[in-house]
Amino acid sequence: MTALKVWVQGIGLLGPGLASWTSAQDVLRGVQAYASAPAVLPSPARLPPAERRRAGAAVKLALAVADEAVAQAQVDPSTLATVFTSSSGEGINCHALCETLALPAPMVSPTRFTNSVHNAAAGCWHIAVASRASSTSLCAFDGSFGAGLIEAATSVCLSGQPMLLVASDSPYPEPLHATRALPDHFGVALLLTSEPGPEPVAELAITLDASASEASSCDDPSLEALRDAIPAARALPLLSALARTRAKQRIVLDYLPHSRVQIDLA
Amino acid sequence: MAPLAITAATLTTALGAGRAASLAALQAQRSGLAPVRFENLALATWTGEVDGVDAVALPDGLAEFDCRNNRLAWLGLQQDGFVDAVRAARTRWGAGRVGVFLGTSTSGLLQTELAYRRREPDGALPADFHYGATQNAYSVAAFVTRALALTGPSWVVSTACSSSAKVFGVAARLIATGLIDAAVVGGVDSLCLTTLYGFNSLELLSNEICRPWDGARNGLSIGEAAAFALVERDSSAPQAWLLGVGESNDGYHMSTPHPEGAGAIAAMRAALADAGLHAADIDYINLHGTATPSNDSAEDRAVASVFDPATPCSSTKGATGHTLGAAGGVEALIAMIAIEHGLMPAGLNVQQRDPGLQMNYLCENRHAPVRRVLSNSFGFGGSNASLVFGGAE
Repeated sequence: MTALKVWVQGIGLLGPGLASWTSAQDVLRGVQAYASAPAVLPSPARLPPAERRRAGAAVKLALAVADEAVAQAQVDPSTLATVFTSSSGEGINCHALCETLALPAPMVSPTRFTNSVHNAAAGCWHIAVASRASSTSLCAFDGSFGAGLIEAATSVCLSGQPMLLVASDSPYPEPLHATRALPDHFGVALLLTSEPGPEPVAELAITLDASASEASSCDDPSLEALRDAIPAARALPLLSALARTRAKQRIVLDYLPHSRVQIDLA
Repeated sequence: MAPLAITAATLTTALGAGRAASLAALQAQRSGLAPVRFENLALATWTGEVDGVDAVALPDGLAEFDCRNNRLAWLGLQQDGFVDAVRAARTRWGAGRVGVFLGTSTSGLLQTELAYRRREPDGALPADFHYGATQNAYSVAAFVTRALALTGPSWVVSTACSSSAKVFGVAARLIATGLIDAAVVGGVDSLCLTTLYGFNSLELLSNEICRPWDGARNGLSIGEAAAFALVERDSSAPQAWLLGVGESNDGYHMSTPHPEGAGAIAAMRAALADAGLHAADIDYINLHGTATPSNDSAEDRAVASVFDPATPCSSTKGATGHTLGAAGGVEALIAMIAIEHGLMPAGLNVQQRDPGLQMNYLCENRHAPVRRVLSNSFGFGGSNASLVFGGAE
């Protein structure tokens, strides 16, 4: 099968004990011990004040990692196409709507309803950066990162245009948490291009692999637990590889029960 | 793009299950909308509810997926020989070379809404609630993938009301890069409380039957639907061709379209360019046409700046209701029906055409050869998609 070849130009990261891609590299390389701490979501400075106040966790998380990747790659976000992938969306918002709708005469908040769409984070980003380029928001449950990576890489290969991939998940409050236990926020963004650019991080050759045995794991048991618990954190082995070295290596990421994503770093 | 063969396609809406029922209703200019019956809601609105969804039983082994959305999906898959066509494609290409890309806005969320009414004394959701197989946005693609015994890549696109138009683009791209050879695309969205009360809270629901392009239009009627198409790398006997896909974003507002339709214009132009066609090559435009005052006027301005205002066009949401995440798929099917039968369907429920709108909006069916159709789908978050379809020859 032909591999999808793309260059990584910029990376964004935010998760428990992982404050940013820049600050997390020693942990991802394995030269500094991982210390878990609840993820702290910054206020989205790009949004106008009214939208900033309304922004929920999913929007804050997605915009934070998107910002970091775009800054590192030094690209103009106003012309940038995007793929946003998330298993969940805005959990607190969903819970609040369902609580209201369980009442006999529900009075739904229009803001909550507007922000309940799966593409809320993408919509906010495109408003914030005034981009009219194409944007797709998708979901593949536990395989959402793999789906987003394939969609983004496919578009880059065909269009030759840069693409911002944002994968993020935020936890649900109870009682939904008991049925979908996402322990914390985790977001990762990759700025992908078809050409190497001035300061590329790595080149990826991506294939779908039905026969790949096991997904790559994280050496640190706490990071491995995170990888297992949050769909967006399935990207961790790739991030470790990107942080570690530019030497050739092969990473396998979980996607669907019958299919994994194989990534050769060059 | 290289034209993509559409080798099977089906739709189930308030007009009926399958293409024959849909065609008959379109020919008769009959609407499937009625005052809301769903869940005995105390809302003054009309809905396009699909008959018989509650009675659908999911196939053996897939009981955990049981929810209104997946029942509607299964009902839709049974029509027009679609399952047999997918089986043939699976044999031809291999199960791992056939993808599944579906659009939905609310998936099985109704299941969660109803579970919240049955919480245990300690607040927990009832034990029979399955988050992943029902509420999660991916549920419908997981269900369809399993039900059709496919193992190719799959995901759900959820960009509100453009979702199931955009999946045609996903399939075209994955086939073009050689990752797959065929895909099941489409959309499934079912009635739920969030959308009915949510659009009501935004004062976007009409209290009467929706009237796209009418001067006194005052909002939408929500419908539900399942629409599927099988697209393949090539075919000796296609039903239609996907000729072009155009996608854009408004970057303007979460729930209000750009007043000049700037993003919509970009999507339509991109679709024409992708198809290698000029505006004059389009015989009929199936509009997004939701019947909210601002949506129809923004779309009219956008379409008129790309096409000759004399180009025949209509919105079919007066017949099906706005089926949200399934609308792009439903209207792709209506585009194929228009081409196959030389039928440009009337926009229903117009009492007095809005004199401020320029496009040649059809208020009666028009029978004439239709070679190529452009279909528009625009959604919350400023997400726009336009598709171009052509006839089998």
